[in-house]
Amino acid sequence: MSTKRVGKILKISGPVIEADGMLGSSMYEVCKVGEEGLIGEIIKIKGDVCTIQVYEETDGIRPNEKVIGTGAGLSAELAPGLIGQIYDGIQRPLPLILEKTQDDFIRRGVIAIPLEYDKKWPFVPTIEKGAKVTAGDIIGTVQEGPVVNHKVMIPPKVSGTITSIVKADDYTVLDPIVTVKSNGTELEIPMLQKWPVRFGRPIKERLEPTIPLITGQRVFDTFFPIAKGGTSAIPGGFGTGKTVSQHQLAKWSDAEIVVYIGCGERGNEMTNVLEDFPKLIDPNTGEPLMNRTILIANTSNMPVAAREASVYTGMTLAEYYRDMGYNVALMADSTSRWAEAMREISGRLEEMPGEAGYPAYLASKIAQFYERAGRVSTLSTAERQGSITIIGAVSPPGGDFSEPVTQNTLRITKVFWALSKDLAARRHFPAIDYLNSYTLYTNELAPWFAENVNPRFQAYRSEAMVLLQKDKELEDIVQLVGPEALPESEKIILESARMIKEDFLQQNAFNEVDSFSSLEKQWLMLKIIIDFYHKMGELYNLGVKLPEMMNLPIIDKITRMKYIPNDNVGKELGAILAEIEALQVDAITNRIGGRMMTDLTDK
Amino acid sequence: MTETPKINPETLAKRIFKTAIEVTGPLLFVDLKGKAGVSYGEIAKIKLPDGEIRSGQILEVSRDIAVVQLFEGTSGMDVEKTTIQFLGETMKLPVSSDLLGRIFDGRGEPLDKQPPIVAVDEWPINGSPINPYARQYPREFIQTGISSIDGLFTLIRGQKLPIFSANGLPHNEVAAQIARQAAVLGAQAEFAVVFAAMGITAEEAQYFRKEFEKSGALDRVVLFLNLADDPAIERILTPRLALTAAEYLAYECDMHLLVILTDMTNYAESLREIGAAREEVPGRRGFPGYLYSDLASIYERAGRIKGRKGTITQMPILSMPNDDITHPVPDLSGYITEGQIILDRGLHRRGIYPPINVGPSLSRLQKEGIGKGLTRRDHKELADQLYYANARGNDLRNLVAVVGEESLTEEDHRFLKFADDFEQKFLKQGRDENRNIFESLDIGWELLKIFPNPKRELKRISEETINFFHLERRDPKINYNSRDV
Ligand SMILES: Nc1ncnc2c1ncn2[C@@H]1O[C@H](COP(=O)(O)OP(=O)(O)OP(=O)(O)O)[C@@H](O)[C@H]1O
Ligand SMILES: [Mg+2]
Repeated sequence: MSTKRVGKILKISGPVIEADGMLGSSMYEVCKVGEEGLIGEIIKIKGDVCTIQVYEETDGIRPNEKVIGTGAGLSAELAPGLIGQIYDGIQRPLPLILEKTQDDFIRRGVIAIPLEYDKKWPFVPTIEKGAKVTAGDIIGTVQEGPVVNHKVMIPPKVSGTITSIVKADDYTVLDPIVTVKSNGTELEIPMLQKWPVRFGRPIKERLEPTIPLITGQRVFDTFFPIAKGGTSAIPGGFGTGKTVSQHQLAKWSDAEIVVYIGCGERGNEMTNVLEDFPKLIDPNTGEPLMNRTILIANTSNMPVAAREASVYTGMTLAEYYRDMGYNVALMADSTSRWAEAMREISGRLEEMPGEAGYPAYLASKIAQFYERAGRVSTLSTAERQGSITIIGAVSPPGGDFSEPVTQNTLRITKVFWALSKDLAARRHFPAIDYLNSYTLYTNELAPWFAENVNPRFQAYRSEAMVLLQKDKELEDIVQLVGPEALPESEKIILESARMIKEDFLQQNAFNEVDSFSSLEKQWLMLKIIIDFYHKMGELYNLGVKLPEMMNLPIIDKITRMKYIPNDNVGKELGAILAEIEALQVDAITNRIGGRMMTDLTDK
Repeated sequence: MTETPKINPETLAKRIFKTAIEVTGPLLFVDLKGKAGVSYGEIAKIKLPDGEIRSGQILEVSRDIAVVQLFEGTSGMDVEKTTIQFLGETMKLPVSSDLLGRIFDGRGEPLDKQPPIVAVDEWPINGSPINPYARQYPREFIQTGISSIDGLFTLIRGQKLPIFSANGLPHNEVAAQIARQAAVLGAQAEFAVVFAAMGITAEEAQYFRKEFEKSGALDRVVLFLNLADDPAIERILTPRLALTAAEYLAYECDMHLLVILTDMTNYAESLREIGAAREEVPGRRGFPGYLYSDLASIYERAGRIKGRKGTITQMPILSMPNDDITHPVPDLSGYITEGQIILDRGLHRRGIYPPINVGPSLSRLQKEGIGKGLTRRDHKELADQLYYANARGNDLRNLVAVVGEESLTEEDHRFLKFADDFEQKFLKQGRDENRNIFESLDIGWELLKIFPNPKRELKRISEETINFFHLERRDPKINYNSRDV
């Protein structure tokens, strides 16, 4: 740490101030600004003049007030106590702010440390004196709430021999728990680590993503799956369903840790998560979802510089849990607001603007952010793997995807979940544009689905995609000539595509049962629709008319199948499949009979 | 707005400058002559050569220069004789329950020829962000008496739900009707209304005043009026003053507030003017890049707070230039608010009042505010069904326009007819017609009678709900006008 420097404010322009007398400061160093000591970060240095973005409102600050450099970069504090918390963009716990100030509003200048320093955690050592350790090695564990087994690790850049380790007992995050001797010096290490948020935590090696993140959302898992460690963008105009999708992913993904960043969005949406997550049960652990979740809330009316920082804060927390060997899912809603924060700061710096006023470094910032995703082999002597999956919402102005944030994001992300205004207006939710969305993980994930779901899963999925594509072409024709002009065989395609859209793709986030679909359920539902499509073809060839088929009782069952609870799907959806298979044309009346197999064998 | 300085007179005397060096657009640049002590965001009193006093606020300050934004514009100012006094504090509104019943101009000065209010406190007009952890999710249904809103785009206490409109559409009538009729089921407390006008005509402002008078609610209304011929830059203050008043009344006086802000497009244009004068890099259509954050600092002041009785519900009105919903003001508003009610010229031309375009309108908070105990058990499903049936009918209408009616099935015809009836009976209603939620829902059921085979054709409604609520199956012994049925 360098010595403290005290400079003086030269100029104030909104969230950006300039100060002189700052020689010796470094980029991204945290400063205390003005008499109130508001937190800021150096974003430009020119001679002894530093430009500082301030994480709080600057009203009332005057030129010549002092600025103190702290010598440290903006860092996250990492230790037990993160899970279940809700932080602002610079890791101040919102409940603590409320408690300290007894004020429902966030006034500026509140100091609130990220973790409770005096709380004791049950630490269990997993290593012994004399052991050789390197960065990332696990030295003990702490049960952090009912779900997360927190792995206490040797911090990055440290290695050596353990010369002492505490016995199993309760310790604060500041208590030294091990001593490591390296190059002759002894280092006392507490549970707490600090890491500068703008830099990715080191890893050993990147691995290929081969396992899907199961989200329980049919359109994602079945049609456009994302890998654990993958990256995805959800762009869409307002009200098309970005936030609901992100909430769904935060709720139902089979990640072990979820970091949800509300970046420049609504306060009520964070409140909604805060009210729901402690009540909702994670299907994977049987425990409330809040026990695996960390929230970052820097809403649209909170200071814009802290919004810029919020995605990095969230990312650093995610990396910390990844390093323990967990699969982490990180949602950022919305990355556009983060980009706009960069633009606003850049404008105040009078930098040369690029496209749409964004700074020229927009593309590289976006790329760097998504590059922090991945499935990795973590630092540590023993092999350990973890992953960060990033799902970023994008809010293009006017819903026009050609704008810079969307375009720069799509250049880097592997999955594109495009939201369609048109589908949303039809209340087709999730309004994922099934024709334009894509995933680049299909090949990597195919073996997993073949092995864990069904060998024919990919084939069925492809067939459904083809149907949707044909449906689009036919719809265009219908708009010109009317539906009656189509031959019966094509009407069958229209009906089947309608089933895929209404009975499979549409999934109501607010229906208790429909909100989450197990993979088994997804597969059976898909199979039902495609098998029925084939059956319709067969029946048609035998002379059965479409309206007759559409009057079969099976149609109602297909319509309602999404509401069958996940536990019962094997039996109930299996019965529907059997019923489809048993559909026969009664040779005498030339009508279809829904006779079951058993009826037939009886005869 | 207060102009009484809180710092001592000596210091104040040192803060008088005659050193204006540049005037551009609404901005005045003042040379501070190395005298420090002037702060960012501080307000200033400016005396013109002819003695007129105006007010301004510091937008940027360095050791040498302060950039002051003039709320009443810079016309008549010079760099020689203009005197600037910095008042040592940021903008504040004197508050007390006496605000009710009063009329102010867009800067917070009384317009009703009454003395300034007796203030119990002075609140900074920019407010502070509500701690998301202190918020409570809005869930209480507000009955507006308008079927389409109550039925399909339910307004919730603490919500921000804008009306997207355009020139010549009756947004004022709709807003006034909502303000008059808004009520919470089973609650006695009426709404108090804070009304902020930004650049609307005197006639429009007069209309609202009359409407409030008509309903005898004038003593529960606070008006802030910046009219079309009032200074444009002043509009930056008006919504903030209004929301500060609302926050005081809601959080200190336990009242439920409905805040009407009109017209947010005029507001944004004033912001654009300042941005241009500062030679900022413009964003879309010349609006500043921070328009989103700026609008959010206004809209996010709606809500509900744990442990506090009062609430703030916002209904901003904004006009879409050229009926273009992708214009930055409606677009960014849509990204911040919790839904939108969109008025439609086609419907208006066909004489449908309120001309609400059902397709793209939405209330995002509806889902948690309706249903058993809140409105009625069938509400969600019925709303879904009405929405789908109407959408299908409209699609068919478009199809018929191209290929004619011949290719329609009988079922198609029913949906077509449904969409027509929906417009005439559900959507359309009188400007003074106040329908309670049960009436509104039952009009919906009445329209659905057109489908002879409800279980087949009403796919959005469960069999159970159809059996209980369908008008042809109702049990005469049951009172259906109840939230708990
Ligand atoms: N899967 C879903 N199931 C049911 N309803 C949905 C679903 N997705 C979206 N909706 C509906 O769409 C509305 C808007 O969705 P959401 O808030 O996610 O939009 P958004 O894209 O985040 O908008 P903004 O950019 O303004 O934040 C929701 O309030 C809900 O009514
Ligand atoms: Mg959203």
